Amino acid sequence: MRPRQQRMLAVGLVIVGVATATGLTLQAMKDSMMFFVSVTEVAEGKYPENRNFRVGGLVRDGSINREAGSLEMTFLVTDLRCDLPVSYTGVLPDLFREGQGVVAHGRLGEDGVFVADEILAKHDENYMAPEVADSLAEHVEEQTSGLQEGPLECPSSDS
Amino acid sequence: MWKFIHKLASPPHFYRLAAQIVPWLVVPGLLLVAYATYAGLFLAPADYQQGDAFRIIYVHVPSAYLSMMTYMIMAVSAGIGLIWRIKLSHAVAAAAAPLGAWFTFLALMTGSIWGKPMWGTWWEWGDPRLTSELIMLFLYFGYMALRGAIDDTVKADKSSAVLALVGAVNVPIIHFSVEWWSSLHQGPTLVKKGGPAMDTAMLYPLLAMILGFSFLFGALLLRRVRAEVLFRERRTRWVKEMVLSGGT
Repeated sequence: MRPRQQRMLAVGLVIVGVATATGLTLQAMKDSMMFFVSVTEVAEGKYPENRNFRVGGLVRDGSINREAGSLEMTFLVTDLRCDLPVSYTGVLPDLFREGQGVVAHGRLGEDGVFVADEILAKHDENYMAPEVADSLAEHVEEQTSGLQEGPLECPSSDS
Repeated sequence: MWKFIHKLASPPHFYRLAAQIVPWLVVPGLLLVAYATYAGLFLAPADYQQGDAFRIIYVHVPSAYLSMMTYMIMAVSAGIGLIWRIKLSHAVAAAAAPLGAWFTFLALMTGSIWGKPMWGTWWEWGDPRLTSELIMLFLYFGYMALRGAIDDTVKADKSSAVLALVGAVNVPIIHFSVEWWSSLHQGPTLVKKGGPAMDTAMLYPLLAMILGFSFLFGALLLRRVRAEVLFRERRTRWVKEMVLSGGT
């Protein structure tokens, strides 16, 4: 083997070795790499107990309740399979609204209500003009009205 | 073919050729950025959710794209330099690093400015996309610091090349972070199934900006490689002759 081929092999082995090691490490840390867990995972009991965590989902339409004259509010976060009641007191990001993706940070109380100390809005990858969004919304409403009930039963952690 | 590559890799030839190429990159680059700035600010409609705040995308996406592209250029050049012992290749890697660091910084900063009103936070530790991009900034810093710490050019080339290659594993992690794990950052808009998820009136200025940034990056890179080559070859006869004859 000529010196140049040896160097080529060495460089190749370094790249493959580092990629494999990183891949295995990330695979092992998969759960802690997740920025948030889904509502279904919370219902299944797959969330870190006794410490704060983040849960992500959509704000369910018509579920927002505000206490008059204060910043206190409650709403439901849903992944269209399970719902999770969330209570929060504080300032909301601009994008917070019904149907919007949100990430709530806090802990799950004994009563099953998630007490959030921080609400972040999650933007999706779609960019469009307001007129386009309006006409699209009407269209999507027709297509998905049957799905609103949720296609799957929400699992329970007791079973 | 091989003859052409050997000629290209010869420092005096590259030095002259690069000077001739630079204007051909600067002119279209400036034109594209000028068009994209005007179109992005005035012709593109406001976004249905983000309003005018979405327009920061015209700096954020080109910067983020070039931050990763520059790292790949740096790592590939360093690898070629290691295997084939081409000095010009190492010079390209060394010249690319500060540019990549600046693009990474720009991507992080514009993302942060956008994140505060939209997400409700400047920065979230633990988010895979944000964290992996920050790690890349530190990889650039580490690469530059390592080069700076070693006086001998050949040794600096070799050790920094290994660092560049090892760090390259981070680039696919940045790209796929939003698909492998849950993240606050949205998924890809441009490169996705079914084409870009964006109005064409918003899309064309963005593509023009990406192309314009790339042209200007190419011009900056060539200028930096020229300076790097000149410094490395400062004791050779062709540089002496060029300086004595008053050329640049």
